[in-house]
Amino acid sequence: MKLNLDTTRIARCRECAGDIADTIMEGVNRVTTTTIERTVCRLIGIDGVDSAGVPLPNVLVDMLHEAGRLASGAACYVGRAIVATGLSPQAIAEKVAAGEMDIVSFDSVEHDLARAALEDLVAKGIARIEANAERRRELMEKLSPGIEPLIYVIVATGNIYEDVNQAQSAAKAGADIIAVIRSTAQSLLDYVPYGATTEGFGGTFATQENFRIMRKALDETSLETGRYIRLVNYCSGLCMPEIAAMGAMERLDMMLNDSMYGILFRDINMKRTFADQHFSRMINAFAGITINTGEDNYLTTSDAYQEAHTVLASQFINEALAHRSGLPDEQIGLGHAFEIDPAMTNAFLYEVAQAQMARDIFPNEPLKYMPPTKYMTGDIFRGYLMNGMFNLAGVMTGQSIQLLGMLTEAVHTPHIHDRYLAIRNAKYVFSTARDLGCEMTFKPGGIVETRAQKVLDEAAVTLEQVREIGLMAAIEEGVFAGISRAPDGGRGLDGVAEKADDYWNPFEDEISARLKKNGGGACD
Amino acid sequence: MTKVDLKNIRPYGDTLDDGKVQLAFSLPLRYGPEAKEAARQLAIEMGFEDVDVVSAHDLGGSFSFFVVYGKCKHSVDVTQLHIPKVEVEQMDYFQTNDFIRDKLGRKITVVAACTGSDAHTVGIDAIMNMKGYAGEPGLERYPWFRAQNLGAQVPNETLVAKAIDADADAILVSQIVTQKNVHISNLTRLVDLIEAEGIRDEVLLICGGPRISHELALELGFDAGFGPGTLPSHVAAYIAQELVRKEHRTSARLAEER
Ligand code: B12
Repeated sequence: MKLNLDTTRIARCRECAGDIADTIMEGVNRVTTTTIERTVCRLIGIDGVDSAGVPLPNVLVDMLHEAGRLASGAACYVGRAIVATGLSPQAIAEKVAAGEMDIVSFDSVEHDLARAALEDLVAKGIARIEANAERRRELMEKLSPGIEPLIYVIVATGNIYEDVNQAQSAAKAGADIIAVIRSTAQSLLDYVPYGATTEGFGGTFATQENFRIMRKALDETSLETGRYIRLVNYCSGLCMPEIAAMGAMERLDMMLNDSMYGILFRDINMKRTFADQHFSRMINAFAGITINTGEDNYLTTSDAYQEAHTVLASQFINEALAHRSGLPDEQIGLGHAFEIDPAMTNAFLYEVAQAQMARDIFPNEPLKYMPPTKYMTGDIFRGYLMNGMFNLAGVMTGQSIQLLGMLTEAVHTPHIHDRYLAIRNAKYVFSTARDLGCEMTFKPGGIVETRAQKVLDEAAVTLEQVREIGLMAAIEEGVFAGISRAPDGGRGLDGVAEKADDYWNPFEDEISARLKKNGGGACD
Repeated sequence: MTKVDLKNIRPYGDTLDDGKVQLAFSLPLRYGPEAKEAARQLAIEMGFEDVDVVSAHDLGGSFSFFVVYGKCKHSVDVTQLHIPKVEVEQMDYFQTNDFIRDKLGRKITVVAACTGSDAHTVGIDAIMNMKGYAGEPGLERYPWFRAQNLGAQVPNETLVAKAIDADADAILVSQIVTQKNVHISNLTRLVDLIEAEGIRDEVLLICGGPRISHELALELGFDAGFGPGTLPSHVAAYIAQELVRKEHRTSARLAEER
């Protein structure tokens, strides 16, 4: 540890966060959601859309939900239909969509038979995810996995084929990680769009086909450059576990997956989000996908200096919940950001304090460091320097994933040369100051150390308060990002159902068993 | 020093009228002498002389990036420019409150929102929120303002309905996302809606955002537009002064009619 932080205080924060997460998990374990059941459908091989363009998993699950049958889970209904008709899940979904079959008409088929009928399909779904994780391990061994801080850039043209051009260019210039930013408001769609897409707004739709197209392109570039280029997309929104499953099937390497982002920033119902994030993180965990949490977002609406402790408190909570979904530390990319007002004297010292503190407190986690955005203006020259300072803070405090700032942040989504210049900036700073962190100690009781300890103390107070009243009430009080959300407010609550006694989710069971066997975190 | 000719303004590097300009762009061409020459010729087409491609980079196969210097041969006649500016005499928080009390004698009601699919709240909050922005209190803190902030992603219809309900003196709209000119179509629709409701003459219509200028606002049928770096006091002072001007205009018109 480089900053002489109070270790009992850190332990206390973890304990609080653990209790907070346990309370949340009690609620999570009692319910399922429409998107969780659609995920099960997808993993047993249901894909495609009906004649009106509605994804078949939605058609099937909506029908179950309308019939009040969500409580038992989609799997047993599909299983029963297989036993009764001998058809594949895909054929069953197609018939249901065409109005030729009633999915709840096979109640006479015994539950055990239904389970047995799905056994092979579940094994196949699991094997596909495992094979992808294995393939990633192979490629990482064969090619270079990159040196930390890994260089992470975004593409966001709206057209997946144009994104490929931008991504390959960035990878060749030195990017290790490519994130395809999603189209505005995709997170509020209660379905996942289908097929390759060429029109998006502020980003490109996350579809399984788009994942496949970009994965293939980046694999080509990986072989060409000798570096494994990681691919990122977003689990957040109303379809967290479905997108996690698609990412697992198409070998994404990282996914944005925050336990509270949807609640705070997209006004998605909290019961829905907590349930969805849990199953989606289990899938991420099993697929070897590193999650990225979204604490940086708090600082877009709150002041980064005043509210720094809420970032740390949230990191503890995100960590505790991630552990409960079976994610090991190595796959928990906690987020934070370089967003202090640059007009403040010693702002850089406070940034270093925050970044070093996160590194000290979460030593094994691949921290994801976000660049200055809020104080970026049309002055691209000053912005380029701010990004240089951000890169310096990143390399000297040992950050794992550096999301590069763009000099044109306040103007537009990045152009091809904005990204190129950002990569040149990062490569220069990372190289010129590569071992600066190892050479440096902080003055005991100095500005940096004092600031970090203060933030830790304040986070501890916040976590105690949250434990006292519960996370849901804390969110209602606006503890995070100054945004208040009610437990029964927000979108998607109508897609939450209490589980019945006979509830069955074969993938949750199987993944949970495997994660335990692999020695990952104990999964609730 | 030679005198600046306002009728023929050119870019300035280190000598008057040297016309020096720097620019940077990419071409969808494989890096090489041809790409570099293409960049040079393009700059000449843009109206530059003495073009110098000072830096050229390979953007990974099928794209190249250039930094180019040139001398601009065009000029602008500044004496012919007419830029509309928001008509406002600078006043601080206290001055504005006193002004409203003395000149208007009643509270001003404003309704604000960030409209359409735009979810960016920070800009409108900066103007409206109690806690304010850049050390200045927001409109909600002004005792002589009744300020209501509806937040982000508010449909135009909702904003107009709320404004009518509140009998608002002013409607404040924020537009941050400008991709594919969504802000233009969104703001235009708001004006149409307000005209259709027949309340255009009763409210001050004000928009703001990083890509908004007063000129653009006027063009779109607004009373005023505020761009980057706007402070709450600018907006408060403008609203107060404009409402007083408006009252004068109305009473003058009524007097004339009588
Ligand atoms: C913070 C932020 C976010 C936050 C917003 C949080 C929130 N609750 O507001 C989050 C993370 C949610 C977000 C999301 C997105 N964002 Co955003 N975001 C920003 C960012 C970094 C800062 C904006 C900001 O807060 N500025 C600070 C405020 C104080 O400044 P301001 O808004 O200009 O306001 C001032 C003036 O303009 C004026 N003003 C503004 N409004 C009004 C109104 C009135 C009446 C008046 C008088 C004055 C006034 O006064 C204010 C004070 O001076 C900008 C980049 C940047 N640096 O500008 C991108 C940016 C605006 N976002 C962008 C994009 C594309 C998005 C997304 C579409 C990304 C995606 N694919 O999901 C989504 C859109 C979601 C949606 N539906 O709108 C683009 C927009 C590109 C464009 N030109 O259209 C930008 C420029 C970033 C980029 N380069 O890509 N974003």
